[in-house]
Amino acid sequence: MSETVRDAGYDDFLDAVEDGEPYYLEGSEGDGWLPPRSVDPNTGGELSEEPLPEVGELESYTVTQVASPAFVDDAPFVVGVASFGPVGATGMVVGVDPDDVEIGMTVELGVERTETTDDRVLVFHPR
Amino acid sequence: MVSRAPIAGVGMTPFGKSPERTARELFGDAASEAIADAGIEPAAVEEVFYGNFMGEFAEGQGHQGPMAAEAAGVTAPATRFDSACASSGVAVRFGARAVARGDVDVALVGGAERMTNLSTADGTSALAAAADALWEIRAGVTFPGAYSLMANRYFHEHGGGREELAHVAVKNHENAVENELAQFQRAIEVEDVLEAPTVCSPFGLYDCSPMSDGASAAVLVSDEYADEHGLETPVAITGTGQGSDRLALHDRASMVETPAARRAGERAFAEAGIEPADVDVAEVHDCFTIAEVLALESLGFYEPGEGLAAAREGETTADGELPVNLSGGLKAKGHPVGATGCAQISELTKLLRGDHVNSDAVADAEVGVTHNAGGTVASCVVTVLEVMG
Repeated sequence: MSETVRDAGYDDFLDAVEDGEPYYLEGSEGDGWLPPRSVDPNTGGELSEEPLPEVGELESYTVTQVASPAFVDDAPFVVGVASFGPVGATGMVVGVDPDDVEIGMTVELGVERTETTDDRVLVFHPR
Repeated sequence: MVSRAPIAGVGMTPFGKSPERTARELFGDAASEAIADAGIEPAAVEEVFYGNFMGEFAEGQGHQGPMAAEAAGVTAPATRFDSACASSGVAVRFGARAVARGDVDVALVGGAERMTNLSTADGTSALAAAADALWEIRAGVTFPGAYSLMANRYFHEHGGGREELAHVAVKNHENAVENELAQFQRAIEVEDVLEAPTVCSPFGLYDCSPMSDGASAAVLVSDEYADEHGLETPVAITGTGQGSDRLALHDRASMVETPAARRAGERAFAEAGIEPADVDVAEVHDCFTIAEVLALESLGFYEPGEGLAAAREGETTADGELPVNLSGGLKAKGHPVGATGCAQISELTKLLRGDHVNSDAVADAEVGVTHNAGGTVASCVVTVLEVMG
């Protein structure tokens, strides 16, 4: 994916993770979302920017053997879904043997670059 | 539904690998079969509702509404519907509503997809576009990967494992053995599923529906038109429902429930005036083995966590209490994504009217349901078909 033209919200969030100041968007009922969002998807109401919790919990994961072209040189790799307080996120689980990944493990957010395209990718580091 | 949408005719190409055939040619075949089955002339069609998902990616062809009408020999308003793998399910729903509400007397509905001209890698990319491009695809999520996330979470919350899922694949392959329209007309064993190469854990190759080419179509007519023209309409659409959910799995309250399907089912059942217990046979969206389990639970046939064992226990096999995917399902019949929703309608219509190779398994059936999902069930359409008395 070319980084010549940025994707507002997405690239801003990755910048914030790299700067150690990740954030999320919170709605009036406490639901959390990743940007870009104009309104809370659940209520249609306004959102406020809040600091993202430092650690999250891995909700699920899979070890991918057959990857899309943008990730062929990264395979096999682990993709997971983690919750950081009220916010869910999807990322590559790195820095751990795939056999040692477990649902419920504590993870931290990070940004690395893929082997295949050298694009930035959101990652989870087990803590 | 204000009133019903009788099905006058159905058509479907064989599903499988025909990489040289374009979507327009495939749809032309399916539409012509449906129009002939209905006993009408193409000129009678008043509107075309057509589903397709990856035409730009696979064929460089957008703007497929008029292409579909042209392929069918029809000069009528034509619209393409895209809801990923639920594209033609949505097309059927809008066509059925148009007929039921009296907007048109004759609607041609259906869909087509050409996929196997793509490499596996490019096909994987094209299918992944049904997920969240910013937050899922860029993290490496593929379509099997997304459903694997759901399956592993399901095992974590409810128990069970690969062997129960393997029985879903075995059942659907068994159902396809005599279906000449199916891509895989061969039986497999549980061991075949468990020993197949891994795509992404926990799925092996046999947990996944294949890349397929194919098309499907149906002709829906009003009761008045059928009466005036002496058309046979032994089966009718009596209820439809549609639901949506957050595009990304991580934005949902649960990864093991599919509320879009639940809402679609509740709406469709209410329109038809039926309960889950009234359903005699179902065609559900088994793009991956876990998807059939989630469908059965969302439609109210099983409580959460109890659908996993249905195939293993024989409850959803051809001789079970509720036969599911007698066509072979997406798993064995094939899954040309834009054609799948209407193919379910075509196969279920034949099952109910008695001219499907597996009709004997449901000889007394009066009520059937289709469940057609897009993405990780961010879109879902449920349709009720009933034998007309």
